[in-house]
Amino acid sequence: MALASAPSITELKLDREFPGEVTADTRKGYSGYIVKPEKLVEVATALRDRYGFNYLSSATAVDYLEQGQMEMVYHLYNIQAGGPALVLKAQTPRDNPVLPSLTPVFPGANFQEREAWDLYGIRFTGHPNLRRILMWEGFYGHPMRKDWKEAYYEEEGKPFETRWPGGQVYRAEERNPFGHNVKYPEGFTLEGWTEEAERAVYAALPTGGTGETVEGMKTDLITVNLGPQHPSTHGVFRVVVTLDGETIVKLEPVMGYLHRNHEKIGERNTFIQNIPFTDRLDYLSSMCNNFGYVLAVEKLMNIKPPERAEYIRVMMAELTRICNHVWAIGFLLNDLGAFFTPALYLIKERELILDVFEAVAGSRMMCNYMRFGGVARDVPDEQLAKIRELVHERLPRAIDEMEAYLTHNEIVKSRCIGVGVLSTEDAIAYSTAGPVLRASGVAYDVRKAEPYGIYDRFDFKCAVRYNGDIYDRYLVRVDEIRESLKILQQCLRDLPGGEIQTGKPQYQVRVPAGEAYGRVENPKGELGYYIISTGKANPYRYHIRAPSFINLTAFGKMCEGHKIADMVGILGSIDIVLGEVDR
Amino acid sequence: MYGMGILRGLGIVFKHFVDSYLDDLRWLGNRYYNPEALKVRQGPKAQGIFTVQYPEERLPTPEEFRFIPFLIYEEKDGKKEYRCTSCGICAKVCPPQCIWIERSNDPKTGRPIPDPKNFYIDIDICMNCGFCAEFCPFDAIKMDHDFELASYDRISAHIFDKERLGKPVSYYASIRPTNYAREEKARAEEEAKKAAKAAAKPAAEKAATGAAARPAPAAKAAPAEKKDDAPKSE
Repeated sequence: MALASAPSITELKLDREFPGEVTADTRKGYSGYIVKPEKLVEVATALRDRYGFNYLSSATAVDYLEQGQMEMVYHLYNIQAGGPALVLKAQTPRDNPVLPSLTPVFPGANFQEREAWDLYGIRFTGHPNLRRILMWEGFYGHPMRKDWKEAYYEEEGKPFETRWPGGQVYRAEERNPFGHNVKYPEGFTLEGWTEEAERAVYAALPTGGTGETVEGMKTDLITVNLGPQHPSTHGVFRVVVTLDGETIVKLEPVMGYLHRNHEKIGERNTFIQNIPFTDRLDYLSSMCNNFGYVLAVEKLMNIKPPERAEYIRVMMAELTRICNHVWAIGFLLNDLGAFFTPALYLIKERELILDVFEAVAGSRMMCNYMRFGGVARDVPDEQLAKIRELVHERLPRAIDEMEAYLTHNEIVKSRCIGVGVLSTEDAIAYSTAGPVLRASGVAYDVRKAEPYGIYDRFDFKCAVRYNGDIYDRYLVRVDEIRESLKILQQCLRDLPGGEIQTGKPQYQVRVPAGEAYGRVENPKGELGYYIISTGKANPYRYHIRAPSFINLTAFGKMCEGHKIADMVGILGSIDIVLGEVDR
Repeated sequence: MYGMGILRGLGIVFKHFVDSYLDDLRWLGNRYYNPEALKVRQGPKAQGIFTVQYPEERLPTPEEFRFIPFLIYEEKDGKKEYRCTSCGICAKVCPPQCIWIERSNDPKTGRPIPDPKNFYIDIDICMNCGFCAEFCPFDAIKMDHDFELASYDRISAHIFDKERLGKPVSYYASIRPTNYAREEKARAEEEAKKAAKAAAKPAAEKAATGAAARPAPAAKAAPAEKKDDAPKSE
């Protein structure tokens, strides 16, 4: 397979290719290249067109308070060849941070740059729609900046002294009563305030008549809000659509209703304290979230888990993938109108897997199972027997039954085939990942492209389909479940005995200074953790490349020209979880 | 033929429908409120209706299940002796910082002593991650199985103090028998090692035989057999 023979990017010396414009990042523990801001677009275009780095996976900001710098970090991949990331960085002064937007080159940067503007206050010149995305328009300040203090601020990093050795009990709201915990701009009065947020949302949408006539009737464009409280949006997610009759002209996702500044919390936490918080990102696949985070920190710490732990990790991640996909398929059918019968047949199977998680990790969904250099607990023999029975007998049968039930159903087919089509080029340009990307004909799976853990030892195929519609996204998920079962069978066959943890479990780990990007193939797509350590107990930067969030960038594109009723199905086929979208 | 896919799908729905009655017949009226049946109904061979008649019926809680920590005390002459030494590791590792420990000082010297004056957990904040139990070096704090904690008033009822958190070691042994047995075995070995060291000096011979003679608790230590405070007492 082409992906296996990825060309080494170590041979590519960008500082030689672009002399004077690009310099290698020589800070200790760092890698990649620093690009002059004014040359950023040029270099990115060249990398995309001439060097094959056509996929912008992650774009995020870092606030270097002491150096007075803001830095954007871009992770680019070669989607055809696979292999490690090419890391570009662009720096800008902190007091007036301005950078050129990469959205015209990589449309997938759209939401990520909006996020960087929202949370860090970096302005991107040339961005088509630079508005806040997670906070609301009119919010004062940029909450991820290092000098920003949240409403219940206590200390820069945990553990807080009031708990130990302090020992006094208080509730945050007692110390800081309602209304006293918000920052206002100077001279702010509530009387003179008008709400910008709503106007800003609609400002980006077209209005007025199209001038088209339908059977002699003049039609107007109308704007419709779906959500935030709408059962089809899988959570508190809002979609503002402009309609021409029933057809979608333009669609604007509005998110952030579940925003809790997860990354800020992560920077206050110590390294180990972040593990249970990652459970709460994509709460349907907590094991995989754990996996990505521990991989990133293990890269920094330069440790490896023992063999048995590696196998257990893969086993848990694949079981999670099955859980997630059956859930996604069940709820896709719900969105299409098959109210809960298919969903519940599938949830029954998921429930059996969750029982295993509960017995092994202690919790059905908030697993908190992986640790740096291992896993928390060994899998008891009776649970292994149960997994074996599930993987060899029950689940394959259940998936066959599901396919017989759904795949050839004429209603499903007529609702799904040819709806929400995303072309291969668009899928890459919009930085989609996971089943959405693979349903559009791109055989890109992190487990194959840049194998982590022990995925290089298993015999499995990268599921791929070529039409890019809802139906193919459904089929890719079915294929992936079958491949996961294959991996699980091999895992159970080869599972060695022995230790499950390298070294002694520690409640405070030493993480050497530097940066690391750990990425895993989550059920929803590539989940990446960008972590910077300064050698202290808390991470300096903790960024999550959330697949659901970035897959939504292409949502508008997929829906254009379709009926509004299909939008619900298209959203279901992307499979989002708002815990991860809003973070 | 168009429509065959739908018919086949409906056939599967019909199969599920029939299965639910077949499984009722299979248990001859014993399908519900019967722990034997519950095990099969919820296992990998489950067929028919999958629901559990909570709260009359309950899913068995697996040993590793974790929900809100509790403090272990050992009962000695009617007095509660908490294992906690107020070392503060749980408070330091706690991700949402929901643990507060009030330390106590020796009334004579004024120096801190390893016995918490009070110990609070705000269960509204606790995220049930289990780190406190995992990293406690004294096996003093463990995760509970009791998840029915709803109350009408969060202000007065949801900050648990030492009294509310405390549970006897026999309770711990009953909810987590294998963990308990493993920890007790490790502790007995530790004691034996210490005793063996002491035995190298002829004066301490007596202590060594005492430790060696004490058998490690069996894998399923019944809560009634109170071997728990034995290693400490030596």
